[in-house]
Amino acid sequence: MADDRPLRTSLRIGAALTPLAMLAAACGGGGGDPADFPDDNIEIVVPFSAGGPTDTVTRMIAEPMSEELGVEIIIQNVEGAGGTVAAGQVAEADPDGYTVLMHHIGMSTAPTLYPDLPFDPLADFQTVGLVTEVPMTIIARKDFQPATLEELISYVEANEDKVTYANAGIGSASHLCGVLLQQAMGVKLQEVPYDGTAPAMADILGGQVDFMCDQTTNTTAQINEGKVKAYAVTTTERVESLPDLPTTAEGGLADVEVSVWHGLYVPADTPEEVVTKLTDALAAALEDQSVIDEMAKLGTAPVEPERVTPEEHTTVLEEQVASWGETLEGIEAE
Amino acid sequence: MELFDNIVLGFETALQWQNLLFCLIGVALGTAVGVLPGIGPTATVAMLLPITFNFDEPVSALIMLAGIYYGAQYGGSTTAILLNLPGESSAAVTAIDGHQMALQGRAGHALAVAAIGSFVAGSVATVVLAVAAPPLARAALKFGAAEYFALVVLGLIASITLARGSAVKALAMVVLGILLGAVGQDLSSGTPRFTFGFRELYGGLEFVAVAVGMFGVAEILKNLHDPEQRGQLVGRVTNLMPSRADLKRIVAPVLRATGIGSALGVLPGGGHVLASYASYAVEKKISKNPREFGRGAIAGVAGPESANNAAAQTSFIPLLTLGIPAHPVMALMIGAFIIQGIQPGPGVMEQQPVLVWGLIASMWIGNLLLVVLNLPLIGLWVRMLSVPYDVLFPAIVVFACIGTYSLSQNAYDILAIAFFGLLGFVLIRCGCEPAPLLLGFVLGPLLEENARRALQISHGDPMTFVTRPISATMLGLAVVALVVALLPAIRRKREVVFSEED
Repeated sequence: MADDRPLRTSLRIGAALTPLAMLAAACGGGGGDPADFPDDNIEIVVPFSAGGPTDTVTRMIAEPMSEELGVEIIIQNVEGAGGTVAAGQVAEADPDGYTVLMHHIGMSTAPTLYPDLPFDPLADFQTVGLVTEVPMTIIARKDFQPATLEELISYVEANEDKVTYANAGIGSASHLCGVLLQQAMGVKLQEVPYDGTAPAMADILGGQVDFMCDQTTNTTAQINEGKVKAYAVTTTERVESLPDLPTTAEGGLADVEVSVWHGLYVPADTPEEVVTKLTDALAAALEDQSVIDEMAKLGTAPVEPERVTPEEHTTVLEEQVASWGETLEGIEAE
Repeated sequence: MELFDNIVLGFETALQWQNLLFCLIGVALGTAVGVLPGIGPTATVAMLLPITFNFDEPVSALIMLAGIYYGAQYGGSTTAILLNLPGESSAAVTAIDGHQMALQGRAGHALAVAAIGSFVAGSVATVVLAVAAPPLARAALKFGAAEYFALVVLGLIASITLARGSAVKALAMVVLGILLGAVGQDLSSGTPRFTFGFRELYGGLEFVAVAVGMFGVAEILKNLHDPEQRGQLVGRVTNLMPSRADLKRIVAPVLRATGIGSALGVLPGGGHVLASYASYAVEKKISKNPREFGRGAIAGVAGPESANNAAAQTSFIPLLTLGIPAHPVMALMIGAFIIQGIQPGPGVMEQQPVLVWGLIASMWIGNLLLVVLNLPLIGLWVRMLSVPYDVLFPAIVVFACIGTYSLSQNAYDILAIAFFGLLGFVLIRCGCEPAPLLLGFVLGPLLEENARRALQISHGDPMTFVTRPISATMLGLAVVALVVALLPAIRRKREVVFSEED
């Protein structure tokens, strides 16, 4: 089979490198005794482009984490296929704690959106801890008729075949929120996918599309400047940076509750000692005042200290994989 | 006058010694990463971003990051001209005539013209940015999917002029490029296309890998295939600086290109990609000797380089006035804004005048620094051509592979360089040229994406392309361009008949 070829090549390269790796280990390089972890640089793989919200959050926590662990942290952006390329790479990495994955809510939707996924988010990864949960906001072009969330619901129901909904691509947070919104309103809207948030926002600002639901990291400035109309925030409580914006529950859409949660992962079978050290460093970074301040500017906050544990992270991941599996049934990327 | 006050404020900020230093570091770094094929400005800015968190003044960070961006636009032309190795889509156009000039021993001329043209264009575009940013940004928002589609159609039709030989072969190359651009996951449905089961191809083919293969590696293979041509690479290097007559010849192209580049750069949806192609097409169309193009036309270097640099400056307009990044480097700059406590968005210009005007003034200073930095380097670069080919060729291939791999750590990109190197060699042997293929590759996805998006927004009504005035005008121009392009073909047939009679 033609498909086998590159795989076999990479195995052969791997085999050729093994003696080198053993030599490096013998010389006291990375990957030694878990008790010595970390004695080499750690790589955090970010599955999205440099400069995006996930990348920004990673770079915020990398510096205090690196101080805590006493080694350099290198950030690699490995883009593609809704983050599954990066996750696939980390799943196959050595389970020694030197390769870490930062991923968001997309980790839990991947099994449903990509049926022939080469990894299992639950079986092939060890969770390290949750990082942050970014709220989402429902916004529209400035001259869009409805003024409140209630009006938006009735307007969309009455004009189902006219309204357009923008999203930043399949599997993006805005796409997921759109699925929830449409299910809650009982409508099927014309979705307009963009290659990322920036062009989608440009078309909302230019009045080319009607509305979308996106992370506060992208929308807060535009809302506060009055360049877009904002209807609601998708969390159970209002957010500090947008105090006047009601929640979806207040506006009559209690089913639309979603936040873009981020977490750190290492390959399964990473020694427990190593995972604990990473979790502790993450927890310390999330209590760093400068991280708290920087996240606040993005309209988000670190998760509560007591929830920064592998156990809590696993619980959230399991629950989300199951619920998105139901919600997204019939919506596949391939 | 408010504008005058703002400009004074900008220069006061940009001329502080530490900001001047950061500007110099930025443009020097940018030139360096532009010269090294593949190591792009995005990777450099991403790596330097954490360092800037500790800067005292946010404006210093942004001045340096911006310097890297336009410095790289500038440096990218050097390898394109000398080694036929374009590191960015705009440099692919410069390579067409620039490398021919280098082969004729006029590499110094080409580099100097590129530097001078870029400086003039960058300076004018900075003034445009200072004077007219908010209204231009509002106008750019009128560009919806239908308008982008029409613009790309116009660009593709004009691109047939990129070929120096057969128009039919050029058209075939554009179509092949569009097909290659379709590789990867479809945006609307997520369906993988032409990926043959390889997840690494889901993100599509990497532009740098295709360009390095089609231009650089294919060129090397061609040289190895024809031993007698190898001597030519060493070239007879004539005087480095262009003559007064040369300078006179580039005045009009540079000014036209500045206009084209400034206008297209404002469009956040990929306008800057088109700038150098558009300028090349225009220059070739209105030239008295269009046959000179593709054989070392000086206007074919001056135009695209100026357009590219003008667009690089005006592409800051959507960022500063709307908070919308037109380029991954600008997305990173937004990150820098946020870390420095500034919410990028429509209010930045009023709330942060020191920052915005300091940045604008620094761009003009940066452009001046680039000329001062680069003109003396030309002699050094040109000497690179006299390195023996058995050292130069392996070095080019190794640097190109390292650079390309560093973009996304995807080993498939290296395989792609090898594949497109071979393909490029075969195509050159068949008399086909790589430039139209690259244009199709860059514009194909834009064409498809915007056509589908326009139809989604109009709920499937194709009349949206002709009922929207901007779109209708551009499609009309495209039809005219097509007719004009076909007319000489008819005329040439008659010329062939006449020459046979002679």
